[in-house]
Amino acid sequence: MNSRRKLWGALILLAAFHGLILFAGFFAPYGFAVQDRDMSFAPPTRLHFTDAQGKFHLRPFVYGLKDDPANPGAYAADTTHMYPLRFFVQGSPYKVAGLFESHLHFFGVASDGRLFLMGTDGYGRDQLSRFLYGGQISLLAGLLAAALSVALGILVGSLAGFYGGWIDELLMRGSEIFLALPWLYLLFAVRAALPLHIAEWQVFLLLVAVMGVIGWARPARLIRGVVLSAKERKFVVAARGFGASDAHLLFKHVLPQTYGVVLTQIALLIPQYVLAEVTLSFLGLGVGEPMASWGTLLSSLQQYYILSSYWWMFLPALLLIPLFLAYYTTADALQERLKSVSL
Amino acid sequence: MARVRSRKATLALGVAIICSWCVAPGASAEWQADSEQLTVTDNPVGHSGGRLVLALRSEPKTLNPVLAQDAASQEVIRCVTADLIEINRKTQKTESALAKSWTVSRDGKQYTLHLRRGIRFSDGQPLTAGDVVFSFHLYLDEKIDSPQRDLLIVGGKPIAVEKIDSDTVRFTLAQPYAAADRLFDGFAILPRHLLEGAYRSGDFLRAWNMSMPPSQFAGLGPFRLKEYVPGERLVLERNPYYWKQDRNGNRLPYLNEIVFLFVSSEDAQAIRFQAGDTDILDRFSAENFAVLAKQQAARHYHLDDLGPGLEYNFLFFNLNDLGPKASPDVARKQAWFQDVRFRQAVSAAIDREAIVRLVYNGRATPLWTQVTPGNKLWIDPGIPHPPRSLAHARDLLKAAGFSWKSDGTLVDSKGSPVEFSILTSSSNAQRVKIATLIQDDLSHLGMNVHVVSLEFHAMVDRLLNIHDYEAAIMGLVSGDADPTAEMNVWMSNGDTHLWHPNEGKSATPWEAEIDRLMQQQLVTLAYAKRKRLYDRVQEIIAENLPVICLVSPNILVGASDRVGNFQPAILDPYTLWNIDELYVR
Repeated sequence: MNSRRKLWGALILLAAFHGLILFAGFFAPYGFAVQDRDMSFAPPTRLHFTDAQGKFHLRPFVYGLKDDPANPGAYAADTTHMYPLRFFVQGSPYKVAGLFESHLHFFGVASDGRLFLMGTDGYGRDQLSRFLYGGQISLLAGLLAAALSVALGILVGSLAGFYGGWIDELLMRGSEIFLALPWLYLLFAVRAALPLHIAEWQVFLLLVAVMGVIGWARPARLIRGVVLSAKERKFVVAARGFGASDAHLLFKHVLPQTYGVVLTQIALLIPQYVLAEVTLSFLGLGVGEPMASWGTLLSSLQQYYILSSYWWMFLPALLLIPLFLAYYTTADALQERLKSVSL
Repeated sequence: MARVRSRKATLALGVAIICSWCVAPGASAEWQADSEQLTVTDNPVGHSGGRLVLALRSEPKTLNPVLAQDAASQEVIRCVTADLIEINRKTQKTESALAKSWTVSRDGKQYTLHLRRGIRFSDGQPLTAGDVVFSFHLYLDEKIDSPQRDLLIVGGKPIAVEKIDSDTVRFTLAQPYAAADRLFDGFAILPRHLLEGAYRSGDFLRAWNMSMPPSQFAGLGPFRLKEYVPGERLVLERNPYYWKQDRNGNRLPYLNEIVFLFVSSEDAQAIRFQAGDTDILDRFSAENFAVLAKQQAARHYHLDDLGPGLEYNFLFFNLNDLGPKASPDVARKQAWFQDVRFRQAVSAAIDREAIVRLVYNGRATPLWTQVTPGNKLWIDPGIPHPPRSLAHARDLLKAAGFSWKSDGTLVDSKGSPVEFSILTSSSNAQRVKIATLIQDDLSHLGMNVHVVSLEFHAMVDRLLNIHDYEAAIMGLVSGDADPTAEMNVWMSNGDTHLWHPNEGKSATPWEAEIDRLMQQQLVTLAYAKRKRLYDRVQEIIAENLPVICLVSPNILVGASDRVGNFQPAILDPYTLWNIDELYVR
């Protein structure tokens, strides 16, 4: 029961997170590439309920920002300009599901006010908007790559486990070689071999393909293990005795028993691949400027002056913690459920 | 000499060899201060003893001045060697060093240098004219192919070096050469008695590599090699034979030891400096300057912003003649790049002030030509500084046959959209940032620009060898304020003529004019006349924009409060050029 509640909690969190990211254009107050060059490294904008005169406002508002005369390079609230927070406002254009254009944003302030709930980066770009748009790339890459490697894993693992013998030897030794390859250098070589001018979506697909193809070996070995024990279970042996074909045995009796492993593998691989994309962007192999990804957001933390001066640059990293916890909790709960079912 | 960041770009000057292998008189006399002709410095008197700890970005690859190319090797070599004539980094003028005095023949082709008498290498052996001739013989040797060799080729012919007597050397040039005295800075004089054996046995390329024992090394610099621990540190000790003294007659240098630590990143160097592990810091970003500035008083160090240096960062397009191997795609784009109105439009659309503010925290100066405000003798104040104007940029593009589609995309006269990539080095965060700002600037003109960052060497290879790129952002740092240091950049046959390296015959009339002017200023001796010639070069570059100059970063330095006589300058090496006078308070 406890695990069930945990599972539902994690699933709701995941759904909310993915919903926000799926409709990033709607929830983000600004575009991911919009530079506000007078607002570089602005701290998160504070929402106020009481104004300078101490009057309470039911609708939260923000003050304008001006340069802080006492502290060069920093910003101070300009209490002479108040901008109430508004919902369903018109703003910069975006495309819903890549199809139709919209200007409607969930929230925002009047166009001469500024609302940076997670602060801005060195170009004056809104971090919250970049986080939401960046998730579209990072999470999509994670999902696609996880699906690709688990699919490859099922194919290789079930063939190796079901047929055994030389097929098993060949496929499993192959997977070991795959695990041993120095992937980092191979990736450098892949990027270097590509022409200079390739579109961002091509880089993205390439990254998905690379991550997915690299990652199949581990799930393949796990699935092979499950298939090995599954094909010896009495009902499978009985079905074989009744003359069932290999395909029938595999699809009707053996593969259904691997669902548990497959689900938990996907749940574990998605955050891994999001992080892998982080690593690739970190190395300059990810999507290029001005597109955002979680990797590019985190890679700015490499620099000492950002680490020491601009704490809000850590916020994307902090937000990723509950997301990954939710993925692991889901994987955990699924595993427990399947264990209790199979017992 | 202009440098492509860590890579030394060579000048179009050459080398020759004249050997008069007169054997120096035997080193019989004992070391006596009286017979030496020492230089007396006029800086505040410090006190002897103590040591400074400095950081190098990488380990030196060699201590051989003839072969050294990387910045770390050069930095160490400058502390352990000396030149005949040096450029005072503060005054930017030449002053006597190992050569006590020199005379120039009336036609400007012959330089006669008189060496200081009685001075010795750090192993106690005396310096003679034979060492000087031997050293230049090495720099000029085609087989050794020193990176500095091209500097010694003047008018297509190597400079001839001959010994007149044991203290006098004559250099003969094929044609008059402006600022020839500045040429001697950077050519360290080597001990013939230690290196001749290796040279004769053909082993010179391995001589003085990092595995040699310190006893095999001797130079004329303020320090000599004491210890090298790979991966950890390199220690120099005081050279007791150094040829300078202060006003009170104390022999320089003051310091007993210099320790170089190997700290591989700028951030790590800033942190070590902040923690007090190192005493001097240079070559760091304006962002780290802001971080470090907060703790100046508490941590007992101070930072200086010396204003613009000689580095100029610029955007340029691939104007190489790619011939038949060019893909139609590249040929189509080159048609845009070759139109001066296209380049002018790009220049007009770039927000240089934003680059200064956002990339350099305001610690930089916008540029419209290659000469920075730091170069006070050579800047042309008449170069216009047009403010950013998108309207002007659009007019230029319209005049060049470009037009806009309904969604704002810029298309050329054949209707294809204007799309290109800007190449930068991924290890240079500032240039990646500049590229990202320019990308946004140009998007307002309807151009679709991609930023591609590659590892530094891969980038340089594409720029200089393969010519496979569309546009790029680079920076060059002149080693010297004099325009002769820029010959290899502006001459059509120069190998740092970035937009079209080794072009040979100039492709355009204005390039031909630059060639003529640069050649003319090289052989003109009067400053006023040279200045007029170089002003015209700056005007041509500002107008025709083979490189679109963007910004010159300020030189930022820091030193612990205990370092005395610290006199940083905007010429490289910024902080260590007067290391013989530094002392510990």
